[in-house]
Amino acid sequence: MARIELKNIVKKYGDGFPAVNDVSLDIADGEFVILVGPSGCGKSTLLRMIVGLEDITDGELLIDGKRVNDLAPRDRDLAMVFQNYALYPHLTVRENIEFPLKLNHSKVPEDEVRQRVQRAADMLELGEHLDRKPANLSGGQRQRVAMGRAIVRDAKAFLFDEPLSNLDAKLRGQMRTEIARMQRSLATTTVYVTHDQTEAMTLGDRVAVLRKGVLQQVASPRELYEQPVNLFVAGFIGSPPMNFLPARVRGDRLELPFCEVPRPAVVSGEHDGKLLIVGVRPEHFDDADVTDVPGEAVTFDAQVDVTEWLGNELYAYVPFEAAAETKQQLAELDRELDGESMRSQLVVTLDAMSSVRDGDSARLWFDPRRMHVFDPGSGANLTRDEERARRIAEQSEALRRRSLERAQAQQQEQVPA
Amino acid sequence: MGALSTKEKTLWYIGALLIVLYALVPVAWIISLSLKSEADLSNRSFLPTNVTWENYEGIFSGTASDLFLPALRNSVITCLLATLIAVVLSMFAAYAIARLNFPGKRLILTSALAVAVFPVITMVTPLFNLWRQIGLYDTIPGLIIPYLALTLPISIWTMSAFFREIPWDMEQAAQVDGATSWQAFRKVIVPLAAPGVFTTAIIAFFIAWNDFVFGISLTSTSDAQPVPAALSSFTGSSYFVQPTGAISAAAVIVTIPVVLLALVFQRRIVAGLTNGAVKG
Repeated sequence: MARIELKNIVKKYGDGFPAVNDVSLDIADGEFVILVGPSGCGKSTLLRMIVGLEDITDGELLIDGKRVNDLAPRDRDLAMVFQNYALYPHLTVRENIEFPLKLNHSKVPEDEVRQRVQRAADMLELGEHLDRKPANLSGGQRQRVAMGRAIVRDAKAFLFDEPLSNLDAKLRGQMRTEIARMQRSLATTTVYVTHDQTEAMTLGDRVAVLRKGVLQQVASPRELYEQPVNLFVAGFIGSPPMNFLPARVRGDRLELPFCEVPRPAVVSGEHDGKLLIVGVRPEHFDDADVTDVPGEAVTFDAQVDVTEWLGNELYAYVPFEAAAETKQQLAELDRELDGESMRSQLVVTLDAMSSVRDGDSARLWFDPRRMHVFDPGSGANLTRDEERARRIAEQSEALRRRSLERAQAQQQEQVPA
Repeated sequence: MGALSTKEKTLWYIGALLIVLYALVPVAWIISLSLKSEADLSNRSFLPTNVTWENYEGIFSGTASDLFLPALRNSVITCLLATLIAVVLSMFAAYAIARLNFPGKRLILTSALAVAVFPVITMVTPLFNLWRQIGLYDTIPGLIIPYLALTLPISIWTMSAFFREIPWDMEQAAQVDGATSWQAFRKVIVPLAAPGVFTTAIIAFFIAWNDFVFGISLTSTSDAQPVPAALSSFTGSSYFVQPTGAISAAAVIVTIPVVLLALVFQRRIVAGLTNGAVKG
């Protein structure tokens, strides 16, 4: 139970390169916050600074209002799950889980140790494995032992460092829900580092997107998806990623590679004649032949290159020629997002009923009100609606409190029983 | 390398056999000598005409026993103490070298290596003079100290290779779990490094046990003289008889613990040596 405040945190390594630069973040008690970003963005460094394994070069770290910059990890009372689990191979599962309780400065009576280990084991369904060694466990079981070691201690907060990246896809999905359930029922402040935007979107109350050590946006998953502040966040959140198209402003129209759309009112006339970047999510396109086209939608014909049918939906890839001016910047952005696309193409998610196949010419539509317009220079989102963003934030905060209260009420009921 | 042809295989076997014979014949010879009676010693045949245990009786209860038994005791005490101290010291040194970045780290490692390749004989004369002046001559501590100089460098190298293999995360996890640095070291690192500690101990013990130069130069009486040195002061039953039989018997006896250790822990020793060689 703790509130963690990061105030202008900076991490510089020996060569003076700031791995984390001026990050401020206020994590409320019981909140589940995700630190997300492509590799090398400083998210793990930030987590390790919170737990005390890395020194803080500059700035302040407060836990429950107390400055802990110079406290050793053991005095911060935080529990961490490492990427490789860091289980003690010479100890059994039981000994691993009770390790934090058995250290003599935290005097816990013997039968309470047993009780707590049992409770953690029940929660994570580790009961039958308690006397085995970690080497004989599967990846998922090891992961659960690592979580057991973290929850047994009633620490102030849980810190996860990419805990699921060593598991296969199916197990990852299962453990993800497991972690979400555990966090809700324990209502413990949690900071979770991942590079996987799916994990970030599904687990977090709030998600902090980092880029090269700089915080880009901290918001609920919904706000990140609907109202990203810039090109980077827009490109990072969502799968398949948002399409970025060069758009030339001509009076009150925007010229896109496939069609023309009306210029959104918030994009002022001063951009006339200039090149902007328009972002449209793949799922906001659809096939005009099999779906109803709303009145405001823009329809256009496109030559489909490749299609991928997934059962519930269909991905279609439409190549286009990007203007040279934006090509450079979009390639740069793609590299930063750990991508390596060789050609500029539009990815659209169509209705599974669509009969579009490789090489077909398709009739597609999208609603221009759902597109984002970015400034190619600064990357800022010109169409971000602050009012709406604020409403989403309020709403998700209310939802978080509600589910937390519900979980705690459930907990209360279970205790007497 | 592909599968060997029959001809190549045969050649390999012959080569291996030659090397094994070359290494084992002296050992077999000593065993055979130790089983010969005094009259039989120069019978110009490899095997004794009559197998006799009189040489062994001689060193354990006969004339040579007051020389051999104290020497055996000295050897055991000196080597065990030297090993223990070397292992404990090198454990801390190696841990620091593997884990911490401090100025002079390279210097420590290179000087350890330099000491290891330093010719032992050059240290003997100064030590002899020094030890006589400060009263360490012919004492057990007077032997342990130079043995540490022999065993510490290789112990530090071997052990730091083992420590480097233990993931950092283990220790950090322990610290986050609430352990002090000392607890993390004792409860997590040492158990994980146990095989390395063990290997180092065995290697250090061998080095001390097999030493002759320090033993012969820095001791003179049965107060501190180890077995290899004591062997050289054995005498025959008369002035004209060489103590060959007794020396052979004693040599066989002191070889037994080494051979046993080597056989029981051969895999670990090889692992330890290659660890030090490749990773160090």
